[in-house]
Amino acid sequence: MENKRFELNKNLAQMLKGGVIMDVTSPEQAAVAQEAGACAVMALERIPADIRAAGGVSRMSDPKMIKEIQAAVSIPVMAKCRIGHFAEAQVLQAIEIDYIDESEVLSPADDRYHIDKTAFEVPFVCGAKDLGEALRRINEGASMIRTKGEPGTGDIVQAVRHMRMMMAEIRRVTSVSEDELYDAAKLLAVPYELVWEVHNTGRLPVVNFAAGGVATPADAALMMQLGAEGVFVGSGIFKSGNPAKRAAAIVKAVTNFTDAKLIAALSEDLGEAMVGINEQEIELLMAERGK
Amino acid sequence: MKIAVLALQGAFIEHERMLARLGISSFEIRRRQDLEESFDGLIIPGGESTVMGKLLRELCLFEPIRAKILAGLPVFGTCAGLILLARRVANDERLNFAVMDITARRNAYGRQLGSFNTRADFAGLREIPMVFIRAPYIESAGEKAQVLAEVQGRIVAARQNNLLVTAFHPELSDDFTVHQYFSDMVAGGLCPRVEGLE
Repeated sequence: MENKRFELNKNLAQMLKGGVIMDVTSPEQAAVAQEAGACAVMALERIPADIRAAGGVSRMSDPKMIKEIQAAVSIPVMAKCRIGHFAEAQVLQAIEIDYIDESEVLSPADDRYHIDKTAFEVPFVCGAKDLGEALRRINEGASMIRTKGEPGTGDIVQAVRHMRMMMAEIRRVTSVSEDELYDAAKLLAVPYELVWEVHNTGRLPVVNFAAGGVATPADAALMMQLGAEGVFVGSGIFKSGNPAKRAAAIVKAVTNFTDAKLIAALSEDLGEAMVGINEQEIELLMAERGK
Repeated sequence: MKIAVLALQGAFIEHERMLARLGISSFEIRRRQDLEESFDGLIIPGGESTVMGKLLRELCLFEPIRAKILAGLPVFGTCAGLILLARRVANDERLNFAVMDITARRNAYGRQLGSFNTRADFAGLREIPMVFIRAPYIESAGEKAQVLAEVQGRIVAARQNNLLVTAFHPELSDDFTVHQYFSDMVAGGLCPRVEGLE
């Protein structure tokens, strides 16, 4: 891949920082999300909670529906393709999507290989549970990372687990001596150069968002305080009682994530949160897709 | 010298790092009470102008900041910051601070596939790297605004008295020219004079 393109794609993720990316399934929802302060929207036919409920194979959305959402908003529009499904990714690039999410929320198309993202001009965001997964995706060309969490559950526990794991591993890599980095690279199953970069900078080489289970302003603040640089909210908004109000509250909580007084005020009268499923009650662990 | 960086959303940390490397202290503005601290200049970063415009109002920052700008506070807006400062936006009815005599066009180069980087002269000082990310450009600049840079025949940087805007992101490069230019503006005090302008 031309290095310049990778830089430009990482740069777009930098512009999204401190923001909330919201799942939307129609131009109307996209307009609500933009109005509420979303810094980007994720266009998909069904939000994760419904994918989970419906079962069956879940695929890339209809390009027509994605194009209608592109026409409805001025903020960046993202869309998901199946893990390893580079032909779906080619389709999304052809309709000039701003970011492709190679996502475990959809049914994986390849149980061994992820997409060679270096072959694309448009940027990719990928999910990760730990530092090894994150660096493997970056090595394949991802220019943004998000925690996997557990999509469509409204349960924050897995996003927290993944963010804590990633941050702990970054701290460990930062603190080991240089001659121990070779072994760290071996254990993480990633190239030495990426481990070296994490060691020297103390952070991932790309922007890192939280995703999978964020349902309240306090959830968003929790993830930001744990080190996320922004938040994806999927089912949490449009599965709740008052989507516009909840969305706007989460946006403000992400900007002022340490201001507990403000978050208290934001959390008042939001209506019903999405019902949610506890992790012990789930049959399908989407986070286990694609390592 | 102390420069405030609007930190509601977007690439504000990159500006803070640039300032730190120039030895200039900075702090973040996220809430109304942050304005109580005294500062000599303000940077409005790249990000989404719709998000920042909304949060500025809902967090009660819009009016006090606009008053400071009108009173002559030096302000530097990049990308979304340019949109917020423009008096006219060709393809958007939403206006924000609307203080600078320019007509901006949002997402003027198209979607992310249209993002690019190049090099061009800035303010007759030197050629610098310019990174454009879903960038706007300035469709036309009024008499009061002075054009500082052009790329492909489009205006991508301008100044009007205390206001400096770039459609590109100097904070994403290693070149200090634009930040140095802004710090010189700030050092010049309130309402720095530009020849030929009021």
